[in-house]
Amino acid sequence: MIGLASVWLLVANGRIAGVSGILHGLFAEPAGSAPGARAGDRLWRAWFIAGLVVAGFAWHAFAGPAPLRQGFGLGWVALAGLLVGFGTRMSGGCTSGHGVCGLGRLSLRSLVAVAIFMAAGMAAAFVVRHLLGLPS
Amino acid sequence: MIAYASAFGAGLVFGIGLWISGMATPRKVLDFLDVTGSWDPSLALVMAGAVGVTLSAFGPILKRRTPLYAENFVVSLKRQIDAPLMLGAALFGIGWGIGGYCPGPALTALSNLSAEAFVFVGAMVAGGLAHRLAFD
Repeated sequence: MIGLASVWLLVANGRIAGVSGILHGLFAEPAGSAPGARAGDRLWRAWFIAGLVVAGFAWHAFAGPAPLRQGFGLGWVALAGLLVGFGTRMSGGCTSGHGVCGLGRLSLRSLVAVAIFMAAGMAAAFVVRHLLGLPS
Repeated sequence: MIAYASAFGAGLVFGIGLWISGMATPRKVLDFLDVTGSWDPSLALVMAGAVGVTLSAFGPILKRRTPLYAENFVVSLKRQIDAPLMLGAALFGIGWGIGGYCPGPALTALSNLSAEAFVFVGAMVAGGLAHRLAFD
């Protein structure tokens, strides 16, 4: 379904379903872009993100509420969020943009990014779980 | 108008896919990234499935002159494998391995109405803005 939704967004809207790029385009668009041209561009991004959030509510109505983890400090959550936001804007993509879509169009750039963020993610998960012993 | 409905629909299907696959559950993601613990490789199959779909469909789609509901395709033309790509991917991966959220799952997890999801998404937006301030 993730792949199908990505194909859908490309064939219908002409856009790559890269969630970090869609989000950053909404809040942290490149400096200097004309305000007039931004309105419609922001709207499709907002609608895509609304779809993502509504999907969560629909899923909970069907499958029940998601289990929430206990005892994982919000400071760690904030640090993780900052790194994800900064890093995805710097590298121009995340799991969906570089992963699902970039690999789908055989971008070598994306392949390199995927290899690096997978390796970094595995290393960080090891440190957080086994060296720091944080709950998850 | 129809373009916005289409973007919403794509987000909805994408989000449902994230919940069905377990990508929206940080514990499942960390079980996948933590190869030294109780490794759960199932998300690799999710990724492979999604890439299989985009890989087979993106080529023919991008041969079209225009998308259905937009004037043109917007696809990155960058090919350079440079320091921002690699450093950004590493930072993103570290954040992903700490928190267990990448951008799409974090957004659809707002439906949990948990402090964790809101803090993560707020920090992710702030991280993007920080990169814009520092580098644009």
